[in-house]
Amino acid sequence: MELKDKLVSSFMAFENTVDLDSPIHEIRSEAIKNFENKGFPTKKDEAWKYTSLNSLRKIDFSIFPKADNAIEYKDVKKYFLHEIDTYKIVFIDGIYSSFLSETTHDGVDVCLMSSALTKPMYKQIIELYFNKVASKDESLTSLNTAFSREGAYIYIPKGKMPKKPIEIINFATGNEASLMIQPRNLVIAEENAELQIIERHQSLTSNAVLTNSVTEIFAAKDAIVDYYKVQNDNADASLIDNTYIDQKGNSAVKVHTFSFGGKLIRNNLNFFQNGEHIDSTMKGVTILGEKQHVDHHTLVHHIEPNCESHQDYKGIYGEKSTGVFNGKIIVEKLAQKTNAFQQNNNILISDKASINTKPQLEIFADDVKCSHGCTIGQLDEDALFYLQSRGIPKKEARALLMYAFANNVLESVRIPELKTRINKLIAKKLGVNLGFDL
Amino acid sequence: MLKINNLHARVEDKEILKGINLEVKPGEVHAIMGPNGSGKSTLASVIAGKENFEVTEGSVELEGEDLEDVAPEERAHKGVFLSFQYPVEIPGVSVTNFMKTAINESRKARGLEEMPAKEMLKLIREKSELLEIDRKFLSRSLNEGFSGGEKKRNEIFQMAMLEPKVAILDETDSGLDIDALRIVANGVNKLKSKDNAVVVITHYQRLLDYIVPDYVHVLHNGKIIKSGTKELALELEEKGYDWLKN
Repeated sequence: MELKDKLVSSFMAFENTVDLDSPIHEIRSEAIKNFENKGFPTKKDEAWKYTSLNSLRKIDFSIFPKADNAIEYKDVKKYFLHEIDTYKIVFIDGIYSSFLSETTHDGVDVCLMSSALTKPMYKQIIELYFNKVASKDESLTSLNTAFSREGAYIYIPKGKMPKKPIEIINFATGNEASLMIQPRNLVIAEENAELQIIERHQSLTSNAVLTNSVTEIFAAKDAIVDYYKVQNDNADASLIDNTYIDQKGNSAVKVHTFSFGGKLIRNNLNFFQNGEHIDSTMKGVTILGEKQHVDHHTLVHHIEPNCESHQDYKGIYGEKSTGVFNGKIIVEKLAQKTNAFQQNNNILISDKASINTKPQLEIFADDVKCSHGCTIGQLDEDALFYLQSRGIPKKEARALLMYAFANNVLESVRIPELKTRINKLIAKKLGVNLGFDL
Repeated sequence: MLKINNLHARVEDKEILKGINLEVKPGEVHAIMGPNGSGKSTLASVIAGKENFEVTEGSVELEGEDLEDVAPEERAHKGVFLSFQYPVEIPGVSVTNFMKTAINESRKARGLEEMPAKEMLKLIREKSELLEIDRKFLSRSLNEGFSGGEKKRNEIFQMAMLEPKVAILDETDSGLDIDALRIVANGVNKLKSKDNAVVVITHYQRLLDYIVPDYVHVLHNGKIIKSGTKELALELEEKGYDWLKN
């Protein structure tokens, strides 16, 4: 059976496990209808021209994971930012692991979507926010909405800030031959609240894993949200990440995406600016090899005046890896004095690697500053010679330059331990022994 | 020490060096002067082994060894150093870490162990004091946002760290104010010994007041058209180059 048919026919079985009287269920039912109508996107869809889901659709994924998974902390410690104390919301094969998690209700809520969706005390907030910014039209988002039951739920009230960063980690153990998981995260930062989140998907197996994740982020007036996505999964794990961000006046949201591994990664990152003086920042470092594929689709919708958006994506593609960057910026007629910047620089280090990069600007206002630039190139020969002339062999010099090229994006990472981690990952990915500790 | 014999070099189809002969002995300082476009920087790059220049005739020898087909990093390991006219910015790599990498790669090539961290720090401290470099400066990204003077001082700091046999200083004086010039020249003079040699490439006599050359050569149109002692530099300052060109 095709994956689509399997999913649609499984929806009834899914319904048996959730509260049918909840208002959420109407949303789920609408969503499965949309997915049934549209199905998986294909290369005929403009937005999926360079990314094919064909091979994934042929895999007979399990949709309902088994509950009995135990993994020891010591085996997965390295995937946590264990150098510092963090809140942790951990899922194993899509199921919450209280053993590995550390949640809180101390002034802020760092807990589970499943409780938020079912407990009456969260009803009001769920009604206000759930599925409010996520697309009702896009089929993979609808698919996630239809099966939404578990994920992270984070609510930061007015003026609050959690005591420490929050990690959201999804592990896949491989006790199914192939597993599809659909995490659903909801993050709400009320007025003047501030928080930092690190999200990671990690397969511990060579069995196939497909994650179709949806995250909704609401940043109210003056809120500050830093969101870090660490995508360093193994060669049999694929990720479709759909992130939707609603920003109100004076808020600042930064999303950093580090794509270092995985079979197929698709990032749909969407910002909607509903207020003035908003700052939206997207930064990305991609370093891929083998036959890995990444597709970054960003959207910034400038709706009101006096806002900014900054995009800076760097990519290094080796072996037979392929990349896509599609950056769409819409500036509405009302959104005068918009500053929108977009930059995508790539280095291809193999003849068989490729990148398709495309800025897509739709500007309806007349007093705006928008800039975009894409480059695809090789390393700077003069810089290479400079390093060599100091005794650094060509191979190391190349690696050092690539490291410098990618590293630039990390300046805005505000968790020093995470920055060091990413630095090390970059050095490792590039096979560079820098001869010093980062 | 450094012997250049009838050196011809070109980039793409353009011949830039047209038969250069130069011998630099240990303990000597040579100055190479000449108008823009005479081939000074090309000569420096060819000695350091830059690949986009093609040597069509002649040779460069270091201590009797022909450097043809020797990669730039190997030349560095053997003791060639080039202070760049335009040092390249490398964001994300600090001066200190860059130097550690460079030193340890050279040691590796010579079959030595990596330099212990403590010794390295001591060396860095010592050499940075020589060039009056602030400690904070060492943790900044290599050349990124450095002023012209800082870049050049950093070049000589690297020279001090690597202790080359032959140092070629390509327009090290350009972009320097008088104080920086004095610091840089002072550094070079302190590094000089009877066992190493310095080749100073410059437009102006100014630097030669501080780094006093044993010989001065005038390069024009890819050839050395006149050689002399330091008095030649003064004469050039006064008369320009035109009187030599015919």
